[in-house]
Amino acid sequence: MDNKIDLLKQEIKTKLEQTGSLGDLDKIRVEFLGKKGSITALLKGMKDLTNEERKSFGAEVNKLKGYAAQRIEERVAELKQKEIEAEIAAMPQFDITTPAPLERGSYHPITLVQHQCESIFESMGFTVEDYPEVVTDYECFESVNIPKHHPARDMQDTYYLENGQLLKSQTSAAQNAILRKYGKRMMENGVPIKAIFPGRCFRNEATDASHENTFFQMEGMMVDKDISISNLIFFMKTMLSEVFQRDVKVRLRPGFFPFVEPGFELDINCEICGGSGCSSCKHSGWLELCPCGMIHPNVLREGGIDPDKYTGFAFGLGLTRLAMMKYKVKDIRDLNSGNLKSLSQFTDDEA
Amino acid sequence: MFLSMNWISDFVDFTGLDKVALIHQFSLSTAEVENEIFYKGSDLSGVVVAEIKSVENHPESKKLHLLKVDIGEPELIDVVCGAPNVRVGMKTAFAKVGAKLGEIEIAPRPLAGAMSYGMCCSEAELGISDDHSGIMDITEDVANGTDIKELYAVDDIVFEVDNKSLTNRPDLWGHYGIAREFAALAGRELKPLAVEDLAAYDALQKVDMKIEDPLCQRYACLQVENITRNISPMNMLIRLYYCGMRGINFLADLTNYLMLEMGQPMHAFDSRKVGKIRIKRFDKPFTFQTLDGVERNIDENTLMICNDNTPVAIAGIMGGLDSEIVEDTTTLTLESATFDAASIRKSTVRLAHRTDASMRYEKSLDPEMCDTAIARFLYLLKKYDSGVKVVSALTDEYAFRYETVELRFDKAFVDRYTGIEISNDTIVNTLTSLGFKVELSGDVFDVVVPSWRATKDVTINADIIEEITRIYGYDNFDVHTTRSPLYPVRPDTVKTDEDKIKDILVKRYDLHEVHSYVWAYYDELKALGIEVEPNIKLANATNPNIETIRKSMIPTQLCQVKTNVGYAPDFGIFEVGRVVTGMDDNNLCVEKKMLAVSLYSKTAEVKELYFKLRDILAVLADDLKHKSLSFEASEPKQGYIHPVNCNTVLLDGKAIGTIGIVHPEVGKKIDKKANIVFAEIDMQAFADVKNASIIYEEPSKYPPMDYDISVVVPAGVMFSDLAETWNKKNIGILKSTKIVDTYDTDKFHSVTIRFEFSSNERTLSSAEVQEIMDDIIADLKQSNVTLR
Repeated sequence: MDNKIDLLKQEIKTKLEQTGSLGDLDKIRVEFLGKKGSITALLKGMKDLTNEERKSFGAEVNKLKGYAAQRIEERVAELKQKEIEAEIAAMPQFDITTPAPLERGSYHPITLVQHQCESIFESMGFTVEDYPEVVTDYECFESVNIPKHHPARDMQDTYYLENGQLLKSQTSAAQNAILRKYGKRMMENGVPIKAIFPGRCFRNEATDASHENTFFQMEGMMVDKDISISNLIFFMKTMLSEVFQRDVKVRLRPGFFPFVEPGFELDINCEICGGSGCSSCKHSGWLELCPCGMIHPNVLREGGIDPDKYTGFAFGLGLTRLAMMKYKVKDIRDLNSGNLKSLSQFTDDEA
Repeated sequence: MFLSMNWISDFVDFTGLDKVALIHQFSLSTAEVENEIFYKGSDLSGVVVAEIKSVENHPESKKLHLLKVDIGEPELIDVVCGAPNVRVGMKTAFAKVGAKLGEIEIAPRPLAGAMSYGMCCSEAELGISDDHSGIMDITEDVANGTDIKELYAVDDIVFEVDNKSLTNRPDLWGHYGIAREFAALAGRELKPLAVEDLAAYDALQKVDMKIEDPLCQRYACLQVENITRNISPMNMLIRLYYCGMRGINFLADLTNYLMLEMGQPMHAFDSRKVGKIRIKRFDKPFTFQTLDGVERNIDENTLMICNDNTPVAIAGIMGGLDSEIVEDTTTLTLESATFDAASIRKSTVRLAHRTDASMRYEKSLDPEMCDTAIARFLYLLKKYDSGVKVVSALTDEYAFRYETVELRFDKAFVDRYTGIEISNDTIVNTLTSLGFKVELSGDVFDVVVPSWRATKDVTINADIIEEITRIYGYDNFDVHTTRSPLYPVRPDTVKTDEDKIKDILVKRYDLHEVHSYVWAYYDELKALGIEVEPNIKLANATNPNIETIRKSMIPTQLCQVKTNVGYAPDFGIFEVGRVVTGMDDNNLCVEKKMLAVSLYSKTAEVKELYFKLRDILAVLADDLKHKSLSFEASEPKQGYIHPVNCNTVLLDGKAIGTIGIVHPEVGKKIDKKANIVFAEIDMQAFADVKNASIIYEEPSKYPPMDYDISVVVPAGVMFSDLAETWNKKNIGILKSTKIVDTYDTDKFHSVTIRFEFSSNERTLSSAEVQEIMDDIIADLKQSNVTLR
């Protein structure tokens, strides 16, 4: 009988060694350990043995059973391991250095710059106001202290429409409406007027690489009791430092704009040369960037606000100019061309 | 406008001060100075007065002469000179060996075989005029060898002020006004102008002069005779030249000089031609020849200076050719006047002729200057031509006087406006230095604005703030933030919708944002066979291609699709822009902000592309509003839209836009092989739809149950018609339906619809779902929708 056990043990050993697949292993398991398997059969043949013999033979068979089960498990583990190894070996090395296809959507560069400016002002509690492009003479001129026949109307060649309305030549056309919209809340509840109003403006002029008849500006204003020139300079400097992501130096010069008094031209130190003078700043070290000033009392009055009680500042920023500066766009006409060769490059807002 | 520091220094003593630094300060405090500052004479040295002692013809050249010149040294110097005007005894400017003329350094050199030790110079070569017709003819009695810079004011610092920055400052159109600013900036005195006392001639007869038109504010004139001088003093010519004017003759130069000095334009008439001065307009248009020889059309709005009824000058713009000073003029009539600024400006525009005079008059000159200018003119005239005789009394009609501007404000006002502390003393001193009369009692300032600032420039207290702060210097401001209370900021829905839509279109659908113009592009649209929709037009478009305001953005966008054919086989563009859809009851434009999207594809079938766009719109509605779109077939009115598959887009039952396919005729003109679809959404209508909030549903613990049916859908029946069948039943456990398959043959169109049932309370039984489905199927059958 012992011989039988040894033979079986040998057979198990050989078969396991010859087997290469997990499926075959399962067959082996059934062949030896199944209900009708050879080891089970050994146990069935024990009824002819004496009690003594049965006891020792039973122990031997159980040992064999244990051995078979263990060897099968080991072999399963081995084959599983081999399978993983084969899978690993089968994995080719990819060339990760091939260029990634980056075709994707894009924003208009003005949108990017506009969002950047908007978020700066929103973070300082300014509202962003939208305003129509077709406005009345009153909105664009009368209400902002530019009466009929004022020379300032000559300074901008305005597109008039057949019905007497016009395409707004300046974002200031929104000033009166904004003063009226928020004035009451300021006077009754002490909420200062803080608004920016980006928008598209139009000038009747011939276009070339640096002139457009359609361009974007962003105007802003703040009105409250005791708003001062000192505040104006602070906000301009802070805002521009955020826009340009550096500590800009600003310089104010007197400037004449009918809707402000005093009015200023604001220059920033040239980013290209850092102020030492280069061709970009015409060797002055300064770039003229935005007109600003204290809102003219007539403009406040026309907006229903008492200029003896309230003061405010206003400023204008050329969004088109900012975008051109930021992205070094040389031909302003690219912006309205709709040409995706130019425009598809502006894929994300870095602000 | 060019300004000479020498000239300004006539009125302010700058001893010990850095003039260039002051110019920069002027730029920051008064008006923009152009970057380049001209250091006149700085590149000129070694030029002296030389007397020509002998002139011989050059043996080798017909043009050249051999000269011997005396430059005050023991030896005469040999010079070869090509100028035509050489003569013995003439004094000229001579550049010695070693002299510098700009880039050139003078060295001995042979000219056609003869050695030349130096060079006789023209005025142009010295940079003091543009005359290079011959060498300089020095008439002054001066020792030979005198340095030219000792003789003439060649050295000067000249700077240019941007005229635009002087628009509101009529007082700064002459050197004296500029000098007043410099005096204030430097903290120095402004010297008074030296003038002739005109009262001395009061006994003389007056000129026959009368203002007959309110557009003339003041007219002053004086007659003088016995003017013998013809050529202006060199120093005067140099100043004029440095300031951009060329010498003409003494009288013309002197009027120009006065204008550049005081900002007051003046004119000199031949008294024989203007014995009876009348200032008026004419009833009828006529032509008039100005002194530049041009015939100009004068209309009934143009103010004229007349000799009785004969026009002799266009008021404030230019004199006439007929009354100009000529060689045999013996008596002249000097005019110094002011006119209504707006009228001069309009006349200038009508005549398309802007002059140095009109440019100044447009700015509202101070009428107080008129008589002073004559007194100053006479002073200079007599200084340089002592025999001049005044033959009339000053004749001066002052028809319109500006009101004196008096302002009152207190220290608190200044503090509030500036946000910094500026002392009462500083305020008083600053204003006084600018010519304001200031009285301070306690903290209250009473200010009288000087006449030269009171014509329009300084009228309110805020103007005073500018005067104080600009001289104080904005660079000296202590800057700080505001102390305003904080309140939440509510963004505008249209704006937030717009931003979100842009993000979705760019980030999720890879579309490209473009910008376009608000008017229809005639030429481009014509090329695509798209008719420009009649709409309101620009009244003053200079380019007929951009005349009509667009009604829709789609035609514009199709032009831009055309631009990008070849960019990629598939692309999509979008823009949020404006259109004018019509006129309201008050004849005002109805302007709308629209979102326009166009998809172009060479690879996708038209249906696929159309549905891609439909899906984009559906996602926008679902994402921003948590609502579903619906569609209604519409018949397009515009020729560029395909008559099939044009749909009105509805949200909350309200029309918010259109989706469609480009008409094949237009499409083929854009690209024969591509499909193009478009949509246009009204941003305000979209924003007006209320945002439904997300209603959270607890995930069911019980298994859901799907039930698929395949039905044959007759032509013309839409899915929305089918959906209506079960939607109206309000089946609580029916969570959603979707199409999982479609099957089309020649004979029928079939869809497989999956119904998803689920309950949060219990496990659904097959029987109850079957019952519901049987009911639905029965209803569908009634609409001729049968199971396949």
